[in-house]
Amino acid sequence: MDAERLTYLVAAVVGVPVVLVLYILFTDWLIRRLPPGQQPKIRPWVWVGPALLLVGGFLIYPGIATAWISLLTSDGKSFVGLANFGQVLSDHSVLIAIRNNLLWLVFYTGLVLTFGLVLAVLADRVPYEGPVKSLIFMPMAVSFVAAGLIWSFMYQFQPALPGVHQTGTLNAVWVNLLHQQPIAWTIDQRVNNFALIFAAVWVWTGFAMVITSAALKGIPPELTEAARVDGATELQVFFRITVPLLAPTLTVIGTTLVIFALKAFDIIYVMTNGLYNTDVMARRMYAEMFTSQNYARSAAIAMLLLLAVIPVLAFNLRRFQFQESIR
Amino acid sequence: MSVAPVVAPPVAEAPVVTTGKEPRHFTLGSLPLHVALILLTLIWIVPTLGLLVSSFRPGFLVSRTGWWTAFAPPFQFTLQNYSDVLQSNNLFASFLNSLTIAIPASVIPIAIAAFAAYAFSWMRFPFRNALFLVMVGLLAVPLQVTLIPVLSMFTALHLNGTFIGIWLAHTGYGLPFAIYLLRNFFGALPNDLFESASIDGAGPVTMFFRLVLPLSVPALASLGIFQFLWTWNDLLVALVYLGGDPAVAPMTVTVANLVGSLGQSYELLTAAAFVSMALPLVVFLAMQRYFVRGMTAGAVKG
Repeated sequence: MDAERLTYLVAAVVGVPVVLVLYILFTDWLIRRLPPGQQPKIRPWVWVGPALLLVGGFLIYPGIATAWISLLTSDGKSFVGLANFGQVLSDHSVLIAIRNNLLWLVFYTGLVLTFGLVLAVLADRVPYEGPVKSLIFMPMAVSFVAAGLIWSFMYQFQPALPGVHQTGTLNAVWVNLLHQQPIAWTIDQRVNNFALIFAAVWVWTGFAMVITSAALKGIPPELTEAARVDGATELQVFFRITVPLLAPTLTVIGTTLVIFALKAFDIIYVMTNGLYNTDVMARRMYAEMFTSQNYARSAAIAMLLLLAVIPVLAFNLRRFQFQESIR
Repeated sequence: MSVAPVVAPPVAEAPVVTTGKEPRHFTLGSLPLHVALILLTLIWIVPTLGLLVSSFRPGFLVSRTGWWTAFAPPFQFTLQNYSDVLQSNNLFASFLNSLTIAIPASVIPIAIAAFAAYAFSWMRFPFRNALFLVMVGLLAVPLQVTLIPVLSMFTALHLNGTFIGIWLAHTGYGLPFAIYLLRNFFGALPNDLFESASIDGAGPVTMFFRLVLPLSVPALASLGIFQFLWTWNDLLVALVYLGGDPAVAPMTVTVANLVGSLGQSYELLTAAAFVSMALPLVVFLAMQRYFVRGMTAGAVKG
């Protein structure tokens, strides 16, 4: 690492917090010079100020600006109302992207929740719970770029010719153990979206499992034991007691997953770059922005994404207000 | 390696006492349970295992036979792939770039969020609740809606393709979650603590540095890990604000480009992917406990 880079790094890592502390100390010195009644009115704004400034500058203002850009022509010179939205929504490639996002929404969310729940419940009953959960959770640390590469490798396809071996793990199992014709998993349009979705499921299942597991440990054992004493089978205990008691937790995990499903980008960018009808809204937006350089259409797609998360956003706000009311 | 922490739920004390549940033994009846669980775990580790094994196999073998054949003689392994990608594919430089991006992009938002979260939990001011609701709302907002205006802003300020630009962007994007998580933690500290400190004549500054920060080390640690993993693993923000400049490209961008340029040379791609995974995996394994705790505390991040 060259000297210039190192100076840069240290300046940022040490310098910024030091400047921030000096800012708080200096302003507090000033505030203490004010009449005591004024002090508690000024101080909070000094403390939240930097955060509000950055959130305003990087989230609020750009969000509003994007909404405005989506209503202009692509050169930004004249107002066209909702014309960009009409254009985007009648574009075949965007419709494919919307369809795929719906697939992600249903299958990604559903599979992560199901795998997470099943793994949490199964692992709860074995003495080697810790190692199992650690291994399942590990992909959470890996970037989606790496995960995409890992799964591209899993899905590798070789034509079925004599003397040619399948090098992809999935096709090796598919061809050698199940005696089927090899499939180009990321290209074949019957399966490719699901192949991509599963790569993301692989990454996030650990997240759902760990949170579900924590909630599961909070269920009083008396409840399930009582049901068992009354003659309930394990499946009945699972569906009639465990799942209903976990429902609030699963809903919260679900909201996080829904947001992710709508924003999915990296996996598609790495594995297919949106080809073979695997495109999604976030990648479409990126392509409009850089490949076509049509900011108006790109902004319109971004606003559609925002529109899609609004139900989740509203749900989060209501849940937060409820939590605050019982604090 | 200690794996116990993952088991610990956020309210750590409770589960150890599995009251009423007799210890389960291996019985024939529970065989399907073990088979199912072990099978699922295998499905989860095989992809990473395949990647790791392939990264140590010579290229001519990777392209012709499956990675699992490496476990049968002749055992042919090599470090060539790693030296190739590190030297000729810009990967070492990208590793340094990722560090240069992720470390400040983790430290800066936490520092800024800590002051804001303290004000949100222990100071009274107009619009406090409304402003905090905005933060909660922003947790769900896709950052796609900010890309175009921020890019124009960066172009005007010549921050495009600079580390300062991407630090600022990651800070702005990371703040709502950081403030949310820290405020949950600060707000849960007992009120008496602040009252008695205040009777002793401590002002907000003293209370923040002497009381709140030392008590919040676990929360700050989980936030640090989150932010580090997000910024290290981020692709989109780096793609948009750093452009295609390889001089500043982080690992994710470089590896994603290699997928395009190296195509089917999986011995190199797998080595590159593993280099990009190594540091987050170490951080993750070492700090798993804090990671899990932070995650269960703030499960609404979008």
